[in-house]
This record gives sequence, C-alpha cells and structure tokens, in this order.
Amino acid sequence: MSKINLNDLSTIQYDVLKELGNIGAGNATTALAQLINKRVQIGVPQVRLLEFNEISSVIGSEENVMAGILIMLSGEINGMMMFLMYPEVARSMINVLMCDNSDSTDFNDIEISAVMEVGNIIAGAYLRSLSELTGLTIDVSVPMLQIDMAGAILSVPAIEFSKIGDKVLLIETEFDDENDKKDTITGYYILVPELDSYEKILESLGV
Amino acid sequence: MEEIIKVGMADMKMCAAPNKLTTLGLGSCVGIALYDPVTKISGMIHIMLPDSTRIKNNTNIAKFADTGIAAMYEMMIRKGALAAGIVAKIAGGAKMFSYGAGNSDLMNVGDRNVEATKEALRKLNIRIVAEDTGLNYGRTIVFDSLNGDLLIKAVGKPEKVI
Repeated sequence: MSKINLNDLSTIQYDVLKELGNIGAGNATTALAQLINKRVQIGVPQVRLLEFNEISSVIGSEENVMAGILIMLSGEINGMMMFLMYPEVARSMINVLMCDNSDSTDFNDIEISAVMEVGNIIAGAYLRSLSELTGLTIDVSVPMLQIDMAGAILSVPAIEFSKIGDKVLLIETEFDDENDKKDTITGYYILVPELDSYEKILESLGV
Repeated sequence: MEEIIKVGMADMKMCAAPNKLTTLGLGSCVGIALYDPVTKISGMIHIMLPDSTRIKNNTNIAKFADTGIAAMYEMMIRKGALAAGIVAKIAGGAKMFSYGAGNSDLMNVGDRNVEATKEALRKLNIRIVAEDTGLNYGRTIVFDSLNGDLLIKAVGKPEKVI
C-alpha cells in the first residue's frame, strides 16, 4: 500500500483527485440546476494543499458571510463535505422552491430546513458519484447549516486536519450561474476526506 | 501610524503600542490576547487544538493551547514585558455546527479549546480579565495595545469591547 504524503503528491494523484471533483461537482450541479430551474456551470476543480492561514483564501476574505452546509462522511470514506454559498444564493434557491421573491438573508426555520434539504440533495449527488466510481460506501450525516464568517465555518474542517498535520488538502469546485449577472449563483463544493480515506480513494482507482 | 498585525490560524504575533493585533473569523479556535499594561507589550495567539501531547504531529507550537500560550508568554517576557503584570483576554471557542444529540468530539472542540486555554493560563498564573467564548457564532477580534481593549465583531450583532 502506497502511503500518501500530502507534501509529495504525484501529478497523476492530483489529476485523479481533480477528476473526482469534476465528476462529483458535475452531478451535484445537475441536481442543483434541476432544483432551481436554471442553467448552472461549474469551474475547473482545484485540488489544493493549503496552509491553515490560506484556507479562507479559497473564498476571499475570512470575514465574508457565507452559508455553509456541513455533512459528515463515514463508512469506507471518512471526512466531511462542505457546500458553501453566499446567503443571496440560498435566498434565490428558497425563492424558487417556495415561489417567493424575498431578498432578505434572514431565514426562518422552514427556509433553513429547505436550504439544508437542498444541501442534502446536492451533496448526495456529489457523493453518490464518488461512491460509484470508487466502489467505496459512504454514509452521510444529516446536514448542518451555519450562516457566518467564512473563516469561522472553515475552521471546522481545518481543525480536523490540524490533528494530522499543518496543511489541508481539499478538492474544491466553483459553480456559477451562466448568464444573469444580477442573480449570480456562486458557491463552492469542498470535499475534505481524512488522510487514510485519500489513500483508499486513490487505491480503489488503482493509483 | 498605527499598524494592524494579522494573526492567522495556528499563528502568534507580538506588538507594542500603538499597534493592534487582529484575527479574523475565529470559529471553534480560540484567540488569546496577552497584555502587560505597564510596558504595553502585547501578544495574540490563535490556537486550534487543546492538547499537543495527544497529537503526533505537534511541531507547530502555536497550534495548541498548552504549548502556544506558554511560548507566547515567554516571548513577551524576553521582549521586556513584566511577568507579574500580564493579563489575558480570550474569545472564540464557538460550536459552529451542532449535530443532533450525539455530540462528537469534533463538534465540541470549541469547548475543549476554551477549557485548555484556561488551564494553560492558570498554570502560568495569568489572570483572565475578560472573555467572550462559546455559543455558536464566529468572531473577529482586534486587540488594541494602547489601552488593552479587545474589540469583538460578529455577524448580525453589535460590536462590543471587552
């Protein structure tokens, strides 16, 4: 078994992880587009090895307010999946789902549970493709939602990684609404497997 | 011109008056400001985990409450801070996500960080003069070495000074 070293990933290992991000995000975005009935496109996935103080640079400033949905992964792949978006994006999802046209970013309980359900469906699509590709089973927790500063939300995966090293390896994919600038759907899927789960993923794909 | 020095995750910095120290978007991590009111020598550290002895990879001492706070304290004394006068203000240690009834280790790391911070300060005989910890939201903190004020900003809440 090839022991994975975060500081020394080969090009092929990077490429395989990127491709996983691509396929996962593709499926998730299809699910998202169907839910909100809009065309959504995804960016090129990034596999990034970041120092802790760089982690928020993924999305700009630590103080940007974002809605984060966190799902814990267990089974043959352990870790977490995070789905991050601007609160306005969550609002436009809610508006579509509930036939509303509010622009408030204060959400009531029903709206919050709608956003969590969206997160559940989208993350489910991402993880299902990951599971199918690798043949590994992934059990997911109920989704948890928090709307707060990006740095504070991202401290949760960062702390998990801080137990094993001084860097975080994440697979990140950005998605974007295709046209309409005013109502931009922008967000991020971030997959943060634990170190030995990376090994399992790569091994299951013969890398 | 005063300078605002940024302290990242698992990082520690010192400053002297009239400069400020800040850490942005503290979640379950804890930010600790140490301050000597006489010399105004100040330090800030942003710890991520409670205990270095339970982790194999512990080369970065600023990552842990136990090793980081002691190191910060010594650095300040070497700079000329008066050991007996140093006091602490602490913030952070939130529970960012709550996960049903089964509270895992991961979800409670904020609480454990706060406890370990207090324990580390107690061992060094450093008095905590103000704290804003726990609950479920992120905080940005700015420490002013001129007067010892710790400004706390959170989303959707009024700013406060402790």
